[in-house]
Amino acid sequence: MGRYVLRRLLQMIPVFFGATLLIFLMVYALPGDPIESLFGERAADPAIVAQLRAEYNLDEPLWKQYLLYIQGVLTLDFGTTFSGQPVIDSLARAFPVTIKLALVAFTIQILVGIPVGLIAGLRRGRFFDSFTLAATLVVISIPIFVIGFVLQFVIGVKLGWVKPTVGAEAPLRDLLLPGLVLGSLSVAYVLRLTRTSVAENLRADYVRTATSKGLPRQRVVTVHLLRNSLIPVVTFLGADLGALMGGAIITESIFNVPGVGFTIFRAIRLGEATTVVSFVTVLVMVYLIANLIVDLLYAVLDPRIRYA
Amino acid sequence: MQFSSRRMRASGLLLALALGATACGSDNDDGGASPEAGGESSALINVNGTEPQNQLLPANTNETGGGRIMDVLYEGLIRYDENGDPVNAVAESIETEDSKTYTITLKDDQVFSDGSPVTADSFVDAWNFGANLSNAQLNSYFFEPIAGYEEVHPEPAADAAEDAPPPTPTAETMSGLTVVDDKTFTVELSEPQSDFPIRLGYTAFMPLPEAAFEDPDAFGEAPIGNGPYKMDGAWEHDVQIKTVVNEEYAGDEEPQNGGISFRFYQDPAAAYQDLLADNLDVIDLLPDSAFATFEDDLGERAINQPAGIFQSFSFPLYDPKFEGPNANKVRQAISMAINREQITDTIFQGTRTPAVDFSSPVVQGHENICGETCTYDPEAAKALLAEAGGLPGNAMTIGYNADGGHQGWVDAVCNDIKNNLAIDCTGNSYPDFKSLRDPVTSKTMDSAFRTGWQMDYPALSNFLGPLYGTGAGSNDAVYNNPEFDQLLAQGDAAPSPEEGIEFYQQAEELLVRDLPAIPLWYSNATGGHATTVDNVAFDVFSVPIYTQITKSE
Repeated sequence: MGRYVLRRLLQMIPVFFGATLLIFLMVYALPGDPIESLFGERAADPAIVAQLRAEYNLDEPLWKQYLLYIQGVLTLDFGTTFSGQPVIDSLARAFPVTIKLALVAFTIQILVGIPVGLIAGLRRGRFFDSFTLAATLVVISIPIFVIGFVLQFVIGVKLGWVKPTVGAEAPLRDLLLPGLVLGSLSVAYVLRLTRTSVAENLRADYVRTATSKGLPRQRVVTVHLLRNSLIPVVTFLGADLGALMGGAIITESIFNVPGVGFTIFRAIRLGEATTVVSFVTVLVMVYLIANLIVDLLYAVLDPRIRYA
Repeated sequence: MQFSSRRMRASGLLLALALGATACGSDNDDGGASPEAGGESSALINVNGTEPQNQLLPANTNETGGGRIMDVLYEGLIRYDENGDPVNAVAESIETEDSKTYTITLKDDQVFSDGSPVTADSFVDAWNFGANLSNAQLNSYFFEPIAGYEEVHPEPAADAAEDAPPPTPTAETMSGLTVVDDKTFTVELSEPQSDFPIRLGYTAFMPLPEAAFEDPDAFGEAPIGNGPYKMDGAWEHDVQIKTVVNEEYAGDEEPQNGGISFRFYQDPAAAYQDLLADNLDVIDLLPDSAFATFEDDLGERAINQPAGIFQSFSFPLYDPKFEGPNANKVRQAISMAINREQITDTIFQGTRTPAVDFSSPVVQGHENICGETCTYDPEAAKALLAEAGGLPGNAMTIGYNADGGHQGWVDAVCNDIKNNLAIDCTGNSYPDFKSLRDPVTSKTMDSAFRTGWQMDYPALSNFLGPLYGTGAGSNDAVYNNPEFDQLLAQGDAAPSPEEGIEFYQQAEELLVRDLPAIPLWYSNATGGHATTVDNVAFDVFSVPIYTQITKSE
């Protein structure tokens, strides 16, 4: 298992370089000159444009700019933004907030999706099952920003139970509603996945054996049935964590969460390569680590799976 | 089916979470008043803002995010009162005989919030810093009229390669700035400018304490100014900037509150929701979705008044389609075919005012100069178009940036043109502002494109010179009319602003004849305030007058 983990970690290194290079190239393919757009609707002063291009190394050939950036990264200097702020400060500020938000959404997914899906799967075909299927269908078919705006308006403005936006330090209680909105689609998916997986595994041989051995129903369900049914769910959850972090941009915009999504969006609009590449690369790494943990979890859940 | 303990625990936890959310989340006194002696005058006002794009240095702040902050942290030689008229602030007097050399005398006892005095050096050093090319300050062009600017800020040769190194300044200070004593300095311009004093209230001309020059980068994170407020804590990037009353402030704008907290919003819709829930005190912009409802939602607390923002769409006069002796008549016909009243009512719900000239209702000299050319008259438009021989190709596009909410009005304007003149007009959307400005600034546009202008200071010349003067920085249409330039120069050299305005208005008449840009409307200042505050008014720059806002506990 140790060698497997080591191999996976070493595989991340070429992915890191490949991702940074790709994003670097994509930012440069964006139309418009980032320095000139700092002037807004006024004409750009050619002398200042030349000065700033020299300061930000934009007058070097593309490959040289990339090497300078990588050189900086290896010393943990991710470059500066156009407003003179080190990108690493930006990273340190935005990522914890988005991680908190994603974890809140993730927790809601697990706490709501798995138990309810389990019950629905055990009572397949009955009223509870049909009801949850219909409810999740409604949630899946409504776009996330509609859910976000409606909940923000009803709960935040009309009822006043929570503040409509997230405060400066992004305390946990402010993140509950955005987390719910962000996780709503995933809750529906997890619920359905669990339900189908449970319903299918109910007919498996080992369940029959365990029941006939005289084990209590509760033990059969939670220890044997659930553990095996969770394999497809865990796969989804691993992929979802990365998606939650990157895809939170809409939720972050609606609830004004000072996280990763807005920073990347603003940097793309400004054409700030240092910020975009740094943030996206960190997201890629988070995604890879989440998938590694998911793969390792398989071995825990299903003893038949072992890694060389 | 028995309840499993796992499910019990799960549902119990969920219930606890839900109860916790409702219980904890109901208080919304985020920027609550500090309970000190002084009652309501120590309350903190929460207002909306956006993350400043550049460092907080006066000569580097050219957008509203940073501009709002600089407005409360600094006070300049003059300031603009609620009608936009210039009033002496830090300056005791600004005198001139010939509109070319100005003698500026400062009031006594002006200090920065760190206790250091505001002297003539504070201004001269700050202006030299701003103009110097090696500091790469975005607002340096404001110092261009001052003699000696070229040595401090040389321009690259017109044919220099794009990646050539920047030119090196040959001087550190501008020869036109001379310090006479602690309270007096003279400014010599390279050419007469009758409205130069009116510009001195703009952010670029603010003074700086000596601490600024020791480490400008660090200062740009935590500026120290001489205005009614000072920074309270660090600049929390992408989150907020808090300010409190500056006790050392020696000016006239005594704050009626305890401080202003600028909360940065990514999207105006979130700010508007906060306002409705009384979680935000004042908002100075509106999401498009709120145009139709904000006056109903807020009632008397809504604000909708004219502002110094002019919107138009321009034509690339360098394109052969738009050259020729009758080309201007074609543009006049297009202008008469647009129903501005209908568009401002239907699409903008009255938050825009149809344009009748090239400036804005808040400046002196604003009059209905456009006349018939800006009045909706489809019959006359058709006749004029026929007389002019039509538009070559009988097709045009209007370029706009997709991220600015412009699609609605561009489509409406194009429909008017199509229906009334039978010219095939479509909107040409660019992904963002940057990609629209690229072909505009490189002069490669082949059809019309939206343009707009927000005034730097409330003067008619600011709407004309930078936009339509030959070779001017924002002359996107590349309008080149020596007669127009001469009228502008005569206005600049006039002995008083009123006489200057007469020349500027004559220049505007030329614009109405040639129409390098077709005036559309003036954007209003829109916004509102929550039930928690009072005395909220906007100035001519569409910015709330923060010092006057009061909040009761």
